[in-house]
Amino acid sequence: MKKVKVATVWLDGCSGCHMSLLDMDAAIISLAQKIDLVYGPLVDAQEFPEDVDVTLVEGAVSSQDDVNKLQKIRQRSHLVIALGDCAVTGNVPAMRNSFPVNKLLQRIYVEGAQVGKVIPTDGVPSLLKQARPLREFVTVDLCLPGCPPPAKTIAAVISDLVDGRKRETGLAVKFG
Amino acid sequence: MRLPQKKLSIRIDGELISAVEGQTILQAAKANGKYIPTLCDLEGLTPVGACRLCIVEISGTDRLFPACTTPIQDGMSVTTASTRLAHHRRISVELLLVERNHTCAVCVSNGHCELQSLASAMGISTVRFAYNYPKLGVDLSHPRFVLDHNRCILCTRCVRACADLEGAHVWEITSRGIHSRIVSDLNQKWGESRSCTNCGKCVQACPTGALAAKGCAVEEMVKRADNISSLVHRREVQV
Repeated sequence: MKKVKVATVWLDGCSGCHMSLLDMDAAIISLAQKIDLVYGPLVDAQEFPEDVDVTLVEGAVSSQDDVNKLQKIRQRSHLVIALGDCAVTGNVPAMRNSFPVNKLLQRIYVEGAQVGKVIPTDGVPSLLKQARPLREFVTVDLCLPGCPPPAKTIAAVISDLVDGRKRETGLAVKFG
Repeated sequence: MRLPQKKLSIRIDGELISAVEGQTILQAAKANGKYIPTLCDLEGLTPVGACRLCIVEISGTDRLFPACTTPIQDGMSVTTASTRLAHHRRISVELLLVERNHTCAVCVSNGHCELQSLASAMGISTVRFAYNYPKLGVDLSHPRFVLDHNRCILCTRCVRACADLEGAHVWEITSRGIHSRIVSDLNQKWGESRSCTNCGKCVQACPTGALAAKGCAVEEMVKRADNISSLVHRREVQV
């Protein structure tokens, strides 16, 4: 049987959704036999591959780098799933949205720092004015809210997709 | 002496129901075990029809009516659930979710919030509108309670609990539309309010994390809105 190519991506989030993904107990063993994890923080691949079946995206879109990544992901994935509240609503990363970016960075990296009081610019992408949910940038096929979404829900959705079913309704959903 | 109450016959979702004159559609439905979703309604407080979740269809008119403020009439036929109603109710909840900052994950009322549980019950996994992310304040001036405008849905349950039950009239709404805010006294800090009796009824009546006890961490604010209703009923008991 051909394995389903799954990728996971971590944008502006805390990686809690990835923790939840790994928290599905024994289900992960049977699932691992049916999927090929081709990209993400859990594997080594450097470049997002072509022709991915399902991509789970954790985190809000917070920088131009996030936007570029997300657009590439959308082009190269058949299904894009918004994984968790940050990807669906903006959630905690969006709590900065009512403050100007320069004031925010000043407060954290200069006023709030004990040593090395400087706003980092080297090797880090510059922030967008606001952190916003995925669907405002690309088409999202399925939203799994939750902080994090329960492991059982993630397992159920991936298993359905692996078995060729696309689940639209009947999912237990909860923000937060 | 109480006058005998006139009985009226109405239909709710096709079922013939006997109700009492003066009841609202919501009261008649509840008395007969019919569920209509609500958010701003709290048994015992004056209904205002603020949230628009209890909208129902009435035969003979195309308009949708809020069940909480519409009195029953003899022979009325009411529909409480349809595709059209579900569509409008869902839009109402989505608009509430995008209007302010309902960051459930870090809210004191996470897991005990009426807005959150309604969204879950409706299967809302995302919204169709752009999030507003407004800049809103938190009033920490009261020694025992907190007012967080980020979570407020302007249901006015606090306003009515304070006016109807406590008789203190601390809360009111200022401004209009998207600028509407709950204010205490004459737009003073809550802690400086001279009419507040510190009774906490507003906190118990609040359906979200907008009003909470001070010192609560995430998920810790569990409220008893039913205490407000039972308090009203006990007051009506004539000994």
